[in-house]
Amino acid sequence: MIAPMDADLLSIRDVSVSFTTESGTAHVLDEISLTLRRGEIMGLVGESGCGKTTLARTILGALPPNARARGTAITFDGRDLLTIDPREAADQIRGRAITFVPQDPFSAFNPLFTIGDQIFELLRWKSPDREAGERGYPRTRRRADHERALALLRRVQLPDIERLLRKYPHEVSGGQRQRLMIAMALLPEPRLVIADEPTTALDVTIQAQILRLLRELAVERGVSVLLTTHDLGVAWEICDRVTVMYAGQALETAPIEAFFRAPALPYTRLLLDSLPSGENPLRGIAGDVPNLVNPPPGCRFHPRCPEVSDVCRASRPPTSEPAPDHLVRCHHPLAVP
Amino acid sequence: MRLLAMVARRCLWMPPTLFGLLLIVFTVSHVIPSDPARVMAGENASASQVAAIRHQYGLDLPLPVQFLRYVKDVATGDMGKSLFTQRPVAEDLLARLPATMELALFAMSLAIAIGVPLGVVAALRRNSWLDHLVRVVTVAGLAMAAFWLAILLQLLFSMWMGLTPVRGRINGWGPDPITGFFTLDAVLLGDWETLGQALRHLILPTLTLALPAVATIVRFTRAGMINVMSSNFVFYQTAMGIPRRRIVWKYLLRAALIGTLTQIGLIFGNLIAGAVVVETVFDWPGLGTFAVNSILHSDYNAVMSFTVFTGVIFILTNLMVDIAQTMLDPRGR
Repeated sequence: MIAPMDADLLSIRDVSVSFTTESGTAHVLDEISLTLRRGEIMGLVGESGCGKTTLARTILGALPPNARARGTAITFDGRDLLTIDPREAADQIRGRAITFVPQDPFSAFNPLFTIGDQIFELLRWKSPDREAGERGYPRTRRRADHERALALLRRVQLPDIERLLRKYPHEVSGGQRQRLMIAMALLPEPRLVIADEPTTALDVTIQAQILRLLRELAVERGVSVLLTTHDLGVAWEICDRVTVMYAGQALETAPIEAFFRAPALPYTRLLLDSLPSGENPLRGIAGDVPNLVNPPPGCRFHPRCPEVSDVCRASRPPTSEPAPDHLVRCHHPLAVP
Repeated sequence: MRLLAMVARRCLWMPPTLFGLLLIVFTVSHVIPSDPARVMAGENASASQVAAIRHQYGLDLPLPVQFLRYVKDVATGDMGKSLFTQRPVAEDLLARLPATMELALFAMSLAIAIGVPLGVVAALRRNSWLDHLVRVVTVAGLAMAAFWLAILLQLLFSMWMGLTPVRGRINGWGPDPITGFFTLDAVLLGDWETLGQALRHLILPTLTLALPAVATIVRFTRAGMINVMSSNFVFYQTAMGIPRRRIVWKYLLRAALIGTLTQIGLIFGNLIAGAVVVETVFDWPGLGTFAVNSILHSDYNAVMSFTVFTGVIFILTNLMVDIAQTMLDPRGR
């Protein structure tokens, strides 16, 4: 069933998140704005600690208790997730309309229960056939869910499925576990999958298989994916568009081609230049990631930026659109051909 | 199946463990300065009468020989006769076992029924007033001497409020023995009045015995919960919107209980040992009062047998705990 609707599935408007810590309030996300279209795969790239995972958790409504989210709105399918009733979010949104693929498929399974138990626990609460607020698990739904699970596990190329369901997580390989995680993310028939560094814990050879599988399934089902990664290669493999984050600020969003060919943000340029290649020696970006308790004013990248000027220290740049569908927040964007 | 292999391995270890236990008990009882032959012969016996008794019981043989005879006897179920009553000790112990087991099982069940939920709630509301209260009460529970608590309870509930019997296991005779557990036998016989009486007699000794056990269980459950609460699988299930109560009471609890379970095995041993004091205060006709009487009569054969008996109970309990643990945790299998 597809209702008539606009092209944007998720629209984040000026959302900030802060954490109360022992050394003070850490401003982990600073006025993030981001849109995700229906059926699109968006990569969220940046260094470790830039706030990608926090943004993913904010959308899921699964922030730790010492975190506080503020902002204009997180509009998902016409609902504002910032103001939604938490019980409704837990029942109808989380795990149902928005699902999650974790970074580490080893520890995301409870080691004491079989894989089958954990899959059917999920379906008990998040099956597409479940009525809102339903508490039990009627036999007819259970049977339908069983079929649904078998079909999807087969689709993600898992072997010997009935036996697999009786196994414990430690009896299954990492690649198979991540296939299971992807299957579990798709079983509730969500509209958005948030994948948080889904291949970081895997071998390089398996990474590519998993990424291809995720892309295939998302395209075939028309599901949007928000994928966080620190690895530009991963973004290149499967994303339609990419957003770059730095120290809690979203600085550039571009279609994948334009992003790699002609970035408008000096930071993106430096990131791309730091990729190892035949002619380039290995290079880093001078300077350190800033402290988020006392972040630099204005554009947070200014202490490390080669294009820095006084205005960068004084104020946050407005968003400009140097090319169609290419957004950048920089006082001195690079020329886009 | 790995579980069977584990049980078989543990069973193979039991004879050497028992042998060690017997060796310690035997050595200790021969180190203490008490001459059983003299005790048996009586205060006015002549030296030759004592020597005759010593010879009759084989007490004049070299110690290693005596020990091997002792091991052989115990292995065939013969624990010798009481020096005081002249009755076979094994029979007396078996006759008193149900009373102690009934008390220990009630205390254990109560301790688990209170301790586990309390530990879970304390972990979920860490550093709340409830958590602090639980901590204070559990420290007090561990620190309080059992005989003192028992007397306080008797004073409060029996003497002042008149709610519970002061002592004993039942008024008059117990129900016809089927299992020897008064409550269970009363249920089997459909004798509700006896059941009520048996339960009322159980209340205070159970409470006394359970309090320190509750304290240990609460602390281990709380620590186990806190340990697994920050696991990735908890975050995953939370992020997937699985109801909190489901995550806590199904998935977290099992992980947390693995640590508690080990403690439960040790606690059960403590309960049997603690029964010596509690049974004495409440005049409960179990193994504990038997042990105290035997000590008072210098009935060293009975004391040795009591020690061996409780040792065997302890070994069996730990075997059961290991089995339960293997069933709970698939990684060990």
